[in-house]
Amino acid sequence: MSDKTHELTLTVNGERVTRRVSPRLSLADFLREELHLTGTHVGCEQGVCGACTVRYNGEQIRACLMFAVQAEGAQIETIEGLTESGELAALQEAFYRNNALQCGFCTPGMLIAAADLLKHNPKPSREEIRAGLSGNYCRCTGYHAIVDAIAEACGSTEEEAE
Amino acid sequence: MKSPQFDYVRPNSLAQALAILAERGDEAKVIAGGQSLIPTMNMRLAAPSILVDLNHVPELTGIELRGKWLRIGALTRHAEMARSPLIARHAPLLASAAPHIAHAAIRNRGTFGGSLATADPASEWPACCLTLGARIHLASCSGSRVVPAEEFFKGVYQTALEPHELITYVEVPAAAQDMRYGFDELVRRRGDYAIVGLAAQARVGARGALKLFRPNDQRLHEVRLGFFGVAETPVLARRAAAALEGRPLTSEAIQDAQAALAEDFQPLGDLYTSAEAKAHMARVLLGRVLTAMSGGHSA
Repeated sequence: MSDKTHELTLTVNGERVTRRVSPRLSLADFLREELHLTGTHVGCEQGVCGACTVRYNGEQIRACLMFAVQAEGAQIETIEGLTESGELAALQEAFYRNNALQCGFCTPGMLIAAADLLKHNPKPSREEIRAGLSGNYCRCTGYHAIVDAIAEACGSTEEEAE
Repeated sequence: MKSPQFDYVRPNSLAQALAILAERGDEAKVIAGGQSLIPTMNMRLAAPSILVDLNHVPELTGIELRGKWLRIGALTRHAEMARSPLIARHAPLLASAAPHIAHAAIRNRGTFGGSLATADPASEWPACCLTLGARIHLASCSGSRVVPAEEFFKGVYQTALEPHELITYVEVPAAAQDMRYGFDELVRRRGDYAIVGLAAQARVGARGALKLFRPNDQRLHEVRLGFFGVAETPVLARRAAAALEGRPLTSEAIQDAQAALAEDFQPLGDLYTSAEAKAHMARVLLGRVLTAMSGGHSA
C-alpha cells in the first residue's frame, strides 16, 4: 500500500475544481477542508445523522459515505450553492418563521433532504414529511417545528392527528 | 473517525475488475454503494489495502426481462429498484420492499448486489431473494457460477462469495398472474434496520387444465415465507408455510400458520429486543402480511 494521491476533477456548485486527494479523504472532508465549504457538516461519519447531506448528480447522498476520489467528473451541490441559487429560499424562510432551527448543525442536511422530498412528492402529508426526514437527526428542536416549516413551505394544510 | 489508508483503483470493465481481484483479492475490498463498507472502514473494522471501485463497470448495470426471469445487475441502486417499471411489473415483491430500505440518501447510493454481498441479517434484499428463489450469478477470472439464494447466505456477513469473486447479476422468476406477494417489517423508526421483517409469496388457485374446473379456486400453493432480523441469515419458515399449503387464506389458516411459526425458529435476541419479544413480533407480522395478502385489513 502506498500513500499515493489521485488527481480529482469535479464540478462543485457550478464551478470546476481540480485537486490532488488521498483516496481515504471523504467527500465531506474534501468539501470542508479543501474547498472551505463548511456548510456541509460532519456529525457521525457513518451515514446515520444526515448532517453531511449534499447533492451528487442531482440526488441527495451522504458526503461521509463516499470518498472524494469517487466523485471524479460528478456534479456536486452543497448548501452554499443551493442557497446562492435561491432554490431553497422558500424552505429557508419557512424554517426561520417556524423556529425550525436552534443550533443549526442539522439545518443544511435538513434543507437538502426536505427539498429532495418535495421534488419527489410536492404535497406530502405530515406523516410523509416525518418519514422523508427520518434519516436526518436534530438534537434541539424535537422535529415538530421542522415538520411545520416544511408543511408550510409546500402549502400542505393538513393538521397533525394528535 | 476516518478510514485508514488504502490504494484505490477504478476498473472500467468486468474483465479489468476480475483481473485486479485475481491478483489482489485477498487484501482487496470491492466498493459499490459503500453505504455499509465505508462506515465499517471509518470505524476501523475493515482495513482493505486496496479498494476496487465497481461504479464504472458497465456489465454490472441494467434490469432486463429474459424469458421467465428478470435479470437485475448487481450495481442497481435501491432507488432504481423502487422506481423501475420492470421491477414493479415483474418483481412486485422487490418493488414493495425497496422503500423500506434505509433513507432516501442511502437508497440513492446503495446497491442491490452490495446488499446481498454484505449479508446483513436484518436487511431486506437477502430475504426477498430467498423467498423468490433467486439465482445469484458470480464471476471470477476462472469463470462464472450460479448460486441459489438458499445456498448463498452462510452467516452474519458471511456468504458463498470467494475473495476473487463478484456478484454480476441476480435472476428472479418473473411474477406470473396467479402469484401473490406480501412484504412488511417492524421498525422503531422508518428507515431503521428491521427488528423483524417478512417477504412472502404464494400462488393462488390451480394451474393448467385444472383451472378450467376450478375457476374460483383460492387455495394457496408454493407458499414461501422469508423472515429476516430473526437469525444469522434470512430464514424460510417452512412449517408455517406448510400450514397454509393447499388452503384458502382464511383467518383460521392464518392462525394455524402463526401457531406453526414457533416450530420454525426461535429468534435471536439482540441489544434492544429480547428473543421472546421478537418471537411475538414475528407472529404478529406474519398475521399482518397474510391478512394483507388475503385482501383484508388487519388491526
